[in-house]
Amino acid sequence: MDDLYRDYILDHYKQPRNFGELDPHDLEALEHNPLCGDELGVHIRVKDDRIEDLRFHGHGCAISQAAASIASEELKGMTLAQVGELDADWMIELLGIPVSATRRKCALLNLKVVRGAVTGDHAWPA
Amino acid sequence: MPPVAESSLDVRADFPILARRFGGRPLIYLDSGATSQKPEVVIEAVADHLRNHNANVHRGVYALAQEADAAFEGARARIAAFTGAQAQTTIFTKNVTEAINLVAYAWGRANIGPGDAVLITQMEHHANIVPWQMLCRERGARLRYLEVDGRGELSLDAFEDELARGDVRLVAFAHVSNVLGTINPVAEMTARARAAGAVSLIDGAQAVPHMPVDVGSIDADFYAWTGHKALGPTGIGVLHGRREMLEEMDPFLTGGDMISSVDFQSATWNELPWKFEAGTPMVAEAVGLGAAVDYLSKLGMDRVRTHEQSLTAYMLESLARVPGLGVVGPPEADARGGLASFTIEGIHPHDVAELADRGGVCIRAGHHCAQPLMRCLGIGATARASVGVYNELSDIDALVAALLAGLEVFGLSR
Repeated sequence: MDDLYRDYILDHYKQPRNFGELDPHDLEALEHNPLCGDELGVHIRVKDDRIEDLRFHGHGCAISQAAASIASEELKGMTLAQVGELDADWMIELLGIPVSATRRKCALLNLKVVRGAVTGDHAWPA
Repeated sequence: MPPVAESSLDVRADFPILARRFGGRPLIYLDSGATSQKPEVVIEAVADHLRNHNANVHRGVYALAQEADAAFEGARARIAAFTGAQAQTTIFTKNVTEAINLVAYAWGRANIGPGDAVLITQMEHHANIVPWQMLCRERGARLRYLEVDGRGELSLDAFEDELARGDVRLVAFAHVSNVLGTINPVAEMTARARAAGAVSLIDGAQAVPHMPVDVGSIDADFYAWTGHKALGPTGIGVLHGRREMLEEMDPFLTGGDMISSVDFQSATWNELPWKFEAGTPMVAEAVGLGAAVDYLSKLGMDRVRTHEQSLTAYMLESLARVPGLGVVGPPEADARGGLASFTIEGIHPHDVAELADRGGVCIRAGHHCAQPLMRCLGIGATARASVGVYNELSDIDALVAALLAGLEVFGLSR
């Protein structure tokens, strides 16, 4: 079996969960991966300080799309304060594959977008 | 299988790095468009200079300093001759990016004003876009783009139409596109630009290492290329300029070495080419690039071009067998340099490069510093395989085998 392109990664890549537009939405952000020019955006609907629903949109590699898809399932229901606490380790662990230094930004792009939308902090997750 | 074309060079053994193995596989290097590998003679020339001849250049009176001078200026003379240029008008820069910035600052800021236009093309590398954006913004000039057609080529008629608008002061374009591979009709474009009163600059980064280039017959006002793509070290680029223009221009960077004399409030400039080389120059790098052009001259640039063209033809044929793969740029190998950019349906280019690496094959993926072109092509990124003198037909076979295996990983085998 392939270390990186595991079945569930390819499954999320080919059929990404929670992709599309969400209207109306309360929060949004759009970010680029400078490495490849890929872009990823998010629409978030908030209720009682929690993420009630969200949708990603954009294009990217298997790693970035699968990461966004997998994260989207975890992010629903989180409080905005919890989202602000999420770091790179959370995402890498959730992804469950060895991510090389050059592909790290692919894996973290979705978290950067979501944190940007929720906290206004547009830095790369550390 | 298509018939295997004869390739005329057999120089793999001259490049020590190609003996390395990754994960038990030989290194298959198809990323020469990004940087070339270095032959032993270049590595040895740099080491020998640092070991035996190192001193600062210019103004040293002792024998060792004179050796360093001779090595540096001797390299300049050979590097200039390699492209049919004169040593006096051959300026060393850090790379092509710095060479273009030199022209944008030293010529552009004195000669471009409000109402003027700078004309570039949609196929330019960011290095030949952003300096002109900055210049035009600062000087209130317009930056216009010559379109790339469906074949990935420029139209001379469209070029003529742009020039006929009468406001174009400078045209800047690639000799060979780093994404499409397109070889532009540079001598014809330069002549037309001059007839319209426009200055011309050519980015030859992807041309000089791969085909015979004679800057004398191309006759551009400025022609830039870089050492590290031409088997030389990083940190050295070359700008050939027209003498009258270089003489009229103020310097770009200022400081040591580029002056004739310095008073408390003013200075006068050194003569060409040193007027444009502020500070201690890249001596060992020049010596290395000198060895690189000697090596290429010995191979013969006609043979280099023939070899790489046959590799490119074979690459285009072979890639066509990969399901879902589409190559951008002119379909004929003789219309392009030694590279092919492509996309594969259902696999992102970054994943394509990652999957190629599983087969030990180094290719590049991304926007290749040409985001405006990517937007014109309607794609975010491509994978790109590019050849050098040391590649062989079997390297192309390894690429195709890795891509086919990658399709299987993604469940896309057809």
